[in-house]
Amino acid sequence: MIPLSHYLIVSAVLFSLGVAGVFLRRNLITILLSIEIMLNAVNLSFVAFGRHNGDVNGQIIVFFVMTVAAAEAAVGLALVIALFRHRESLNPDAFTSLKW
Amino acid sequence: MVNPATSTLIALIPLFPFLGFVVNSMLGKRLPKGVSGGLASLAMLASFAVAVMLVGQIAAMDPAHRALAQTLYTWIASGDLTIDLAFRVDPLSAVMLLVVTGIGSLIHIYSTAYMHDEVDSEFARYFSYLNLFAAFMLVLVLGSNFPVMFVGWEGVGLCSYLLIGFWFKKKSAADAGKKAFVVNRVGDYAFLLGMFALFTQFGTLDFQRIATLVSSLPTETHFGLLSIATLLLFIGATGKSAQIPLYVWLPDAMEGPTPVSALIHAATMVTAGVYMIGRNAVLFSHAPETMTIIAIVGAATALMAGTIGLVQNDIKRVLAYSTVSQLGYMFLAMGVGAFGAGIFHLYTHAFFKACLFLGSGAVIHALHGEQDIRNMGGLKTSLPITFYTFLIASIAIAGVPGLAGFFSKDEILYETFKSGHTILWVVGAITSLLTAIYMFRLVSLTFFGNRRQDAPAVAGASGAGPVAGDPHGAHDAHSAGAHHDDHSSSSHRGADLHAQGHGEHLHDAPPAMALALIVLAVGSVAAGYIGLPHALGGHNSLGEWLSPAFHAVNVAGGEAAHEAAEGAAGEGGSLELTLMIVSSVLAIIGVFIGWFVWTMRRDIADSMARTFSGLHRLLLNKYYVDELYDATVVHPIHVISEEGLWRGADVKLIDGAVNGAGSLVDAGALVLRRLQTGSVRTYAGSVIVGVVVILGYYLWK
Repeated sequence: MIPLSHYLIVSAVLFSLGVAGVFLRRNLITILLSIEIMLNAVNLSFVAFGRHNGDVNGQIIVFFVMTVAAAEAAVGLALVIALFRHRESLNPDAFTSLKW
Repeated sequence: MVNPATSTLIALIPLFPFLGFVVNSMLGKRLPKGVSGGLASLAMLASFAVAVMLVGQIAAMDPAHRALAQTLYTWIASGDLTIDLAFRVDPLSAVMLLVVTGIGSLIHIYSTAYMHDEVDSEFARYFSYLNLFAAFMLVLVLGSNFPVMFVGWEGVGLCSYLLIGFWFKKKSAADAGKKAFVVNRVGDYAFLLGMFALFTQFGTLDFQRIATLVSSLPTETHFGLLSIATLLLFIGATGKSAQIPLYVWLPDAMEGPTPVSALIHAATMVTAGVYMIGRNAVLFSHAPETMTIIAIVGAATALMAGTIGLVQNDIKRVLAYSTVSQLGYMFLAMGVGAFGAGIFHLYTHAFFKACLFLGSGAVIHALHGEQDIRNMGGLKTSLPITFYTFLIASIAIAGVPGLAGFFSKDEILYETFKSGHTILWVVGAITSLLTAIYMFRLVSLTFFGNRRQDAPAVAGASGAGPVAGDPHGAHDAHSAGAHHDDHSSSSHRGADLHAQGHGEHLHDAPPAMALALIVLAVGSVAAGYIGLPHALGGHNSLGEWLSPAFHAVNVAGGEAAHEAAEGAAGEGGSLELTLMIVSSVLAIIGVFIGWFVWTMRRDIADSMARTFSGLHRLLLNKYYVDELYDATVVHPIHVISEEGLWRGADVKLIDGAVNGAGSLVDAGALVLRRLQTGSVRTYAGSVIVGVVVILGYYLWK
């Protein structure tokens, strides 16, 4: 059986990739995808812990996360389209007008 | 302690003038002068009638237990402290009652004529204040315990302030009102402390109960609690009754209308301190240290004010200093234990000083606001009623035998001498000489000689103001001019100028004023005869009438005092006669000097003033006491208030804290708002950093 640590390492790598994507990419859609990757990294560790502890709660929470992620993707993409219409750009640095 | 008979009428005495105040202050603006003035005078006459009736009642009683009391309700009940709103008429308050309501009525009547130039609303305002004053004064006199007296005490202080500043558009009047009020606060504070001290000692503030309790205590031989309490009460009295060191407000109080000066600042309110000491005679006589201080302060004030009175040029200021001086006599009497003599002088003084003030008011009225005696003279023929009444009152105050002032002043001097205070007697005798001189200087300059009108311009030649550039003289002239503007309408002034061009037609006192003057002048002659000295074969009925009031009711009562008085009179008859001759001679010399120097030989006065120019300037500037107080009290308070409390505490500390809190937030925000870049990635970054830091902390711990 594959030990828990392997899952966690994969999860950590995926999460870091997601974080790096959020910070390094200059495209809002890519950033949204990176967020999805982070969410799935967390899902993976939930499932792994559930399996390891023999607890079904880990899998249940994953379903919640996937639901929320779907909703988030829908709202997020709608916002991206609205922003693109507004500024003709998908670069998040273009949207800094909400400051002091 | 015998409970005195009760009477439900006592409360009416202060109530009548109070009703007059209520009506005049509410409806005064719509009432014509005749109604508002008539109503006020009627209220006073009504309380005079009630007072006469009640005094008649107590006169019919057994001499040792002459008193009527009325308790309206319990005013304050808290723990051990119970204070009733209670009034009491006894021989002492009876004398004051008759003085306040009687002379008060006359002055109200006089005022209806004197204040006639005011517009209706001002006229009613004046009378409402005057009525309110009378109501409070009667509460003061009738109160049977300290707090009720204190209500009256503060109330008359308030009315005094309102009436001194009656012409409040004139800055000097408004300032004088404030000065009187503030100086009185100092005394009142001490009065309150004295009350507290008495309460801690006796657990009651009722005059009769305190007297009963005190009489069972031994006389204090060293400076103890009784001395402290009585001394504090006396400081209160120095404020109200214008004694050293708190007399400075009274001369300035002359900015008020003249009838006010007569009523409040001569006949009634300023005697409240003397009355208060008489009221607590038993208490004070158990504190000999305080009594000595009272006697010395009284004598010193009498002499000091008398000397200042010699050189002042404002007719009312001379009278004001004379009042201070006479009040000094009363305190001298109180201080040597001659309570009856002090009250006697209070009573006679009320007549002749009210008469003098009203006479000076008549002169000022006739001259349309002129108050400088250097601008008067020769009014004898044009103002005959004023002249004769003023002359009678002057003779009375000077102490010429046969008139009121002689008997009372002589009794004070005799009692002072008898009690062994020879130095104080000498001071008193010198003051009585001074009194005669300054009064006849005033009479000479006002009524004799020739009419003068241009004195301020030739101040050097007028004998009274040779100091060139003297700030006070300038001030006087200025205030007299200001008063002129206020007091007489412009048409009056036109008429005045016109009259001066064609030889004058001064109008003498109108009927209402003449009535008051004549009644008071008769009083100045006759008032003394109820206290004839024994040495002249008379019978001091006033002293006998008063003596029960100065003793606690249950200790032997008036009987012992009566016998003591009789005995003393028997052995001291020849001494009294000798002293009487001395003071009569002094009075007559003083009258002669006053008349001779200022009527016949003005040049003597001028050359005296030049020879002793330093002394003259000192007196003219009232010993620089005002300047001294300015430098030692007023100025430091001013500086502390302005630099310390205002610019220091208020502006720097309080405003600084409030504004500082604001600018601290502002400055903090200036830095912190840089964090809000609007860039989503920065926010996300900060969340990540936060998560890493927090997780890291827990994982590494």
